[in-house]
Amino acid sequence: MYEFEMTRPTTIADAAKALGDEDAQALGGGQTLIPTLKQRLAMPSALVSLGAIPEMKGVCMSDAGEVCVGGATPHAVVAAEATAYPGLAGLAAHIGDPAVRNRGTVGGSLANNDPSACYPAAALASGATIVTNTREIAADDYFQGMFSTALEDGEIITEVRFPVPEVSHYEKFVQPASRFALVGVMVAKFADGVRVAVTGASEDGVYRWTEAEAALSASFSADALADLAVSGDGMISDLHGSGDYRAHLVKVMTGRAVAKAA
Amino acid sequence: MAQVSMTVNGKTVSGEVEGRTLLAEFLREGLNLTGTHIGCDTSQCGACVVHVNGEAVKSCTMFAMEADGADVGTIEGQANADGSLNVIQQAFQDHHGLQCGFCTPGMVMSAAALLKENPKPSEAEVRTYLEGNICRCTGYHNIVKAIMAASGQDVSAIAAE
Repeated sequence: MYEFEMTRPTTIADAAKALGDEDAQALGGGQTLIPTLKQRLAMPSALVSLGAIPEMKGVCMSDAGEVCVGGATPHAVVAAEATAYPGLAGLAAHIGDPAVRNRGTVGGSLANNDPSACYPAAALASGATIVTNTREIAADDYFQGMFSTALEDGEIITEVRFPVPEVSHYEKFVQPASRFALVGVMVAKFADGVRVAVTGASEDGVYRWTEAEAALSASFSADALADLAVSGDGMISDLHGSGDYRAHLVKVMTGRAVAKAA
Repeated sequence: MAQVSMTVNGKTVSGEVEGRTLLAEFLREGLNLTGTHIGCDTSQCGACVVHVNGEAVKSCTMFAMEADGADVGTIEGQANADGSLNVIQQAFQDHHGLQCGFCTPGMVMSAAALLKENPKPSEAEVRTYLEGNICRCTGYHNIVKAIMAASGQDVSAIAAE
């Protein structure tokens, strides 16, 4: 990989300052960024590691009953500690493999917004709030297409607040080589309705399947999806699966997620 | 260049690294601990798994500077104090849990991490935990058997298919 300067600030303020430099790049757990650097697909002049900032780590409950996860919290910690939100803990427990889960972070995943990543589905289905060093962003406003988000240059995800649904489940059809989702669906049933977020399928990245949300809000059962059709138009098509196949999986994974929701 | 220091297998070590120096490179080239293998270098195969503060990580996908001040464990630190194989290593030998042996350091380190958090895993749990460790000889049956045996469970019923 290209040479760069590395810094390890211990406060959010110092990290934000270091990221003010042109071409500086934040480093979360590195499970995507380091392979990217090895391929010379990125050439930052400086990497600012967010891994040594205690105030960005850990899982807690807010006064409003949300599960709050520090931006630099690894997936394994969320899997073990987000017990108040089993759907979220279950999603975190199946990202990548155990060693990846000990390094990869929620903030890194959401900032990268890989179209096949798991966490974007959790944030969107939960109606989460993405908290940065400068503001709060609703999940519905945050995801702006494949690898694209509302984050400004140098903006740091310090915390993610997940409202806890009554029942939820994330169902992933694993692409076995990468462990990413070929298609993954998070279903979250709240008192005021059901939210369904789909990852791995659309060329526009994670999205809400609004027809399924309406059907499931009326009747929360897999049967409620029977009359819905998913088009393969605009779906990712690659050697692992065609757009039509992914469209098929969206409905199947949604049905399984509803059946397993707890 | 920057100075890093960490504890590796119980000894305090230090060295000069670049920002881009991987932990695996520092262990192998800086400390001459070549038991940690670099297989794919894309964080998929798991041959480079080491323990950082007790947790399994892929040392090819972590920078040496990120391990500054950490407690690192590698395959070289796994044997008993008298030099004999530890229970996991002995089980790999007893059950022929390796063929070419390239993936073995990562398999042993992952197995140690698994047994620490789950001392009596089921066969399915062992196989699931090893999803990030790839054996190109496809010797998984005996690897799983060795880990089950290392956990003190009877493996006589598990066929060496």
